[in-house]
Amino acid sequence: MKTLMKSVALGVTVAALAAGAASAQTLAQVKARGTLQCGSNTGLAGFGQPDAQGNWTGLDVDFCRAVSAAIFNDPTKVKFVPLSAKDRFPALQSGEIDVLSRNTTWTMSRDAAFEFGPVVYYDGQGFLVRKKMKIGSAMELSGASICVQQGTTTELNIADYFRSKNMKYEIVAFAALDETSKAYDSGRCDAFSADASALYADRLRLANPDDHVVLPEIISKEPLGPMWRQGDSQWGDVIKWTHYAMLTAEELGINQANVDEQLKSTAPDVKRLLGTEGNFGEQIGLTKDWAYRIIKHVGNYGEVFEKNVGQNSRLKIARGVNGLWNKGGLQFAPPVR
Amino acid sequence: MSEPATTPADPRLAPSEKPQVAFWRDPEKRGYFFQALLFLVVAFLGYEAIANAVDNLTRQKMASGFGFLNQIAGFDINQTLISYSNTSTYGRAFFVGLFNTFLVAGLGIVLATLIGFSIGVARLSSNWLVAKLAAFYVEIVRNTPLLLQLLFWYFLLINMTPQPRDSVSLGLNTYLNNRGLFLPQPVLGNGFTAVLLTFVAGLIGAWLYRRRAHALQEATGQQSPVGLVSLGLIVGLPLAAFFAAGMPLSFNPPELGRFNIRGGVQVFPEFVALLTGLTIYTAAFIAENVRAGIQAVSKGQTEAAYALGMRPGPTLDLIIIPQAMRVIIPPLTNQYLNLTKNSTLAVAIGYPDLWQVFAGTVLNQTNQAIEVIAISMAVYLFLSITTSLAMNWYNSRKALVER
Ligand SMILES: N[C@@H](CCC(=O)N[C@@H](CS)C(=O)NCC(=O)O)C(=O)O
Repeated sequence: MKTLMKSVALGVTVAALAAGAASAQTLAQVKARGTLQCGSNTGLAGFGQPDAQGNWTGLDVDFCRAVSAAIFNDPTKVKFVPLSAKDRFPALQSGEIDVLSRNTTWTMSRDAAFEFGPVVYYDGQGFLVRKKMKIGSAMELSGASICVQQGTTTELNIADYFRSKNMKYEIVAFAALDETSKAYDSGRCDAFSADASALYADRLRLANPDDHVVLPEIISKEPLGPMWRQGDSQWGDVIKWTHYAMLTAEELGINQANVDEQLKSTAPDVKRLLGTEGNFGEQIGLTKDWAYRIIKHVGNYGEVFEKNVGQNSRLKIARGVNGLWNKGGLQFAPPVR
Repeated sequence: MSEPATTPADPRLAPSEKPQVAFWRDPEKRGYFFQALLFLVVAFLGYEAIANAVDNLTRQKMASGFGFLNQIAGFDINQTLISYSNTSTYGRAFFVGLFNTFLVAGLGIVLATLIGFSIGVARLSSNWLVAKLAAFYVEIVRNTPLLLQLLFWYFLLINMTPQPRDSVSLGLNTYLNNRGLFLPQPVLGNGFTAVLLTFVAGLIGAWLYRRRAHALQEATGQQSPVGLVSLGLIVGLPLAAFFAAGMPLSFNPPELGRFNIRGGVQVFPEFVALLTGLTIYTAAFIAENVRAGIQAVSKGQTEAAYALGMRPGPTLDLIIIPQAMRVIIPPLTNQYLNLTKNSTLAVAIGYPDLWQVFAGTVLNQTNQAIEVIAISMAVYLFLSITTSLAMNWYNSRKALVER
């Protein structure tokens, strides 16, 4: 009889577990839990990287901080869950994380299984090679060995590229970024391919960064953005408008330093964004001052960009396509109204 | 051995003489009833859990059947034992991974067994240095994580070997660099199949001869030249056939290209590192099993053999090992299973085994987590069960037959 009871208990647990993952109220869950579970990179400078003390920095990481600031008025209520390229989607599917903010490319098949937020960084795939190989273009890579990380769009783009150019290559795919870049550094591969931003970041980890160059060709479109589970459009609004708030702030010239002063502004669009007029934040399940909180605690998009990947960082990546739409870039936020 | 004719009547053996009771009083029938009830409850819960899970998964678009196996994979794999390109299907990618797993696990089992037995015997050697070295090996290898060992071997290998431009020639058109070992590619001509067939015939012949020789020795004590005859049948016969067929084999030598050596057969460093790591690690455990097995054979056996004038070599071969095998085989099976399962650590060093290709890239590209993991688990389960069955069969043959 004891065994019987055990089996019943087990069966009930299994059934309960199977039922658990389906519910959709992420915002309510996050509020109840008091922390945001944010899927992040295991360590990619500029995007998401913990230091020796466990302090995370990066563009993707700051995005989660902004979400946390919007919800809790506190950017530190985030638990970062480091995920490798191939582990990230199961982690989101299973409910282990609330949002995946980890240089993830928005693709059609991924969109079919999940939801994608606005693009927080427009990227493209490139190649890193040794200077002494004297390669000027990716077109000269025929016959090369190329190290990539598995579970990425990189793996697929490279196959397309070499197939369409009718060139041969040898792929060496690793599960973790560490081994990928070490293998390249050890000379196992002639080239290391990844998102161009990641190449700039990873170059800095090599034994002699100056011995390597990124080739001029960009062979793909890699729009990187946050991702969440399907069937939760309210949570989707929170994610989307976190990014849009940061963009709008930059567009309106509101930054971390002047945001308090801007509360006194009489400009209608500033008033709507900061919540001194209207209740836009409340409409998506947050507070009126949701954008104020984000800018106050984390900053506007331009500030976050420059701090993590731009001129105030080691990566020194130019704004380029990631500039605001009215400055020749692609970053464009719908109006707050 | 046979049963004594007059067994005292056992009440349990004669149901007709049992007192008639209502079936709910009969412990046996009651037992069946509860077993059946338990089965139904478990089956119901199992069904509910699965149905519920499937329902949720389809709603989350996580499981939609096995149709994806026919989709184009779109990614490349470097080591493929069957033809494969990025326009092949996910299903084919599965087989590429599967065969790569077979390759490394199969070779690993053979090599680990050879090394493990040698080290196990060496640990019991009367030579102090040999015994200590073997003990040192076992302790170092058993007490460090396998993952670290694999990374160690891999990075050692790719850092110690030269860059492609400085490839070292090992003669016979064989080259070594950090992209691997490049061997001439054999090109089979007409008639090579015949040579292969004579080889198989030679193997069968040698086996039959060995059996006969054994029978002869059992019956008359007469010994036959088994080694010599086997050599002739297995090597001599195919060799003769090879020359008779006009040497139907040529080689395509590898040659240096801009980045690397082109053509030939490439033995990848990822493969070598994984094979080395798995072999050395598992061999340490096998060595311990072998040592335990040998020590389980009572000393009296050795002393008796010596007393009969046998030398240490034959004593080990003919007296000790056969008896030790009974103790060695069951844990040996475990080691084989471990090796196969441990081969999934390939992901760390970029070897495209089943786990890396299928449960890694394919799962990630298709998002069919449930299906992919179910298939992968089924494969490893199948491999483990077949290994177990084979070893159980071998064990039952080797088990002590008392005469
Ligand atoms: N954007 C691509 C690539 C993303 C990706 O994983 N990139 C690598 C860069 S090499 C990375 O960040 N790896 C770090 C890790 O696995 O922790 C995708 O979404 O598939």
